[in-house]
Amino acid sequence: MERPVIEFHLDAKSGVSPYLQLVQQVRHALRLGLLREGDQLPTVKEVVAQLAINPNTVLKAYRELEHEGLASARPGVGTFVTKTLTDTSLAAHGPLRLDLQRWLSKARRAGLDDESIEALFMTTFRTTAQEDIA
Amino acid sequence: MTSVLQAHELGKRYGKRWALRECTIDIPAGHVVGLVGPNGAGKTTLLKLAAGQLEPTSGGITVLGGRPAAGPAQLARVGFVAQDTPAYAGLTVAEHLRLGARLNPRWDAAMARERIARLGLAPNQRAGKLSGGQRAQLALTLGLAKRPELLILDEPVASLDPLARREFLQSLMEATVEHELSVVLSSHLISDLERICDYLVVLVESRVQIAGETDRLLATHHRLTGPRRAPDRLPAGQHVVCARHTDRQSTYVVRTDAPVHDPAWTVTRLSLEDLVLAYMDKPAAADRRALLEVQR
Repeated sequence: MERPVIEFHLDAKSGVSPYLQLVQQVRHALRLGLLREGDQLPTVKEVVAQLAINPNTVLKAYRELEHEGLASARPGVGTFVTKTLTDTSLAAHGPLRLDLQRWLSKARRAGLDDESIEALFMTTFRTTAQEDIA
Repeated sequence: MTSVLQAHELGKRYGKRWALRECTIDIPAGHVVGLVGPNGAGKTTLLKLAAGQLEPTSGGITVLGGRPAAGPAQLARVGFVAQDTPAYAGLTVAEHLRLGARLNPRWDAAMARERIARLGLAPNQRAGKLSGGQRAQLALTLGLAKRPELLILDEPVASLDPLARREFLQSLMEATVEHELSVVLSSHLISDLERICDYLVVLVESRVQIAGETDRLLATHHRLTGPRRAPDRLPAGQHVVCARHTDRQSTYVVRTDAPVHDPAWTVTRLSLEDLVLAYMDKPAAADRRALLEVQR
């Protein structure tokens, strides 16, 4: 048997439901270019045997990926990636990270501890996300 | 969809004590069902009733549409792995497989041999010399090679170390994909079941507290925290699972199909463990007793 391209893992304490963790890991691998169009995702049996999880969890994750147009199932063969997510924004990551690092050191100099920084980031992130929706 | 286990007003009494009472459930096929509850809640009794090892005192139960242990055909359809995954200490691994072949009409000898080889168990090894994890895998092999439509396991991983536990559950999940079988297994540890079960039955003090698909259970239960409020001032659709109060604050776990919009409450999601613990919460049970005493 061919080795699967990616392996899943589960974080029990993340609070994110297991099926969603699988979906996110596929999306993440697509963004990083670890998974490409045409790659086969691990079979349900492989995932289940590796993680000791319910098969329906894997099926649900794969259905979600199909729904998003990222993968498609070939009956009797497996589920395959149908789209790549590596986009042009990857080039912007470097400068943005630099900005963020500068902002972080500024926040520390202002006397914020890690928890306050995280809280500030998350509330700002949420409010701007809501404004974008509205 | 057909039912894998249907019980109506099912009860079992030992002398004066009811081990299980008024149990009415209908579990659809194709699930991995977790039966959770504290020790002594009646889990083993329910599983033995399903396997046909016990006769009900009251009510009825059908498994895969038939009466448990009604005849050879029904026996062949249901596999049962008893508590602590027992094996015959004096028999070798190979002898266990021969025994399985003799006793089970649908025995899958090739699958049994292949599994034993993959697990690295020596056929001439006596079961008494196996480690706990190996013995559990041997018991699972016997249960699977019988090729049942339903496999019942009573606390299969309780006595295993974390690695053996994981390996056992991996094997079990792999088999459910391969053979499309339904599984009912019990545990007093929700963490064992969280990953593998998509259907949950919570049993506390001989009674079924709740049963349903895990996704659905998680979506319909919420923890509400806010200023102190009496339970009779909650909306009618919110069923209180457990409640705690301080002088100023109330914390409720409620079950409701509708979203909670009341701005006075901070609403949080529950983990499966929190959900089960909420049903096990002693004060709720004490309230019920108090209520019964008033009625008397």
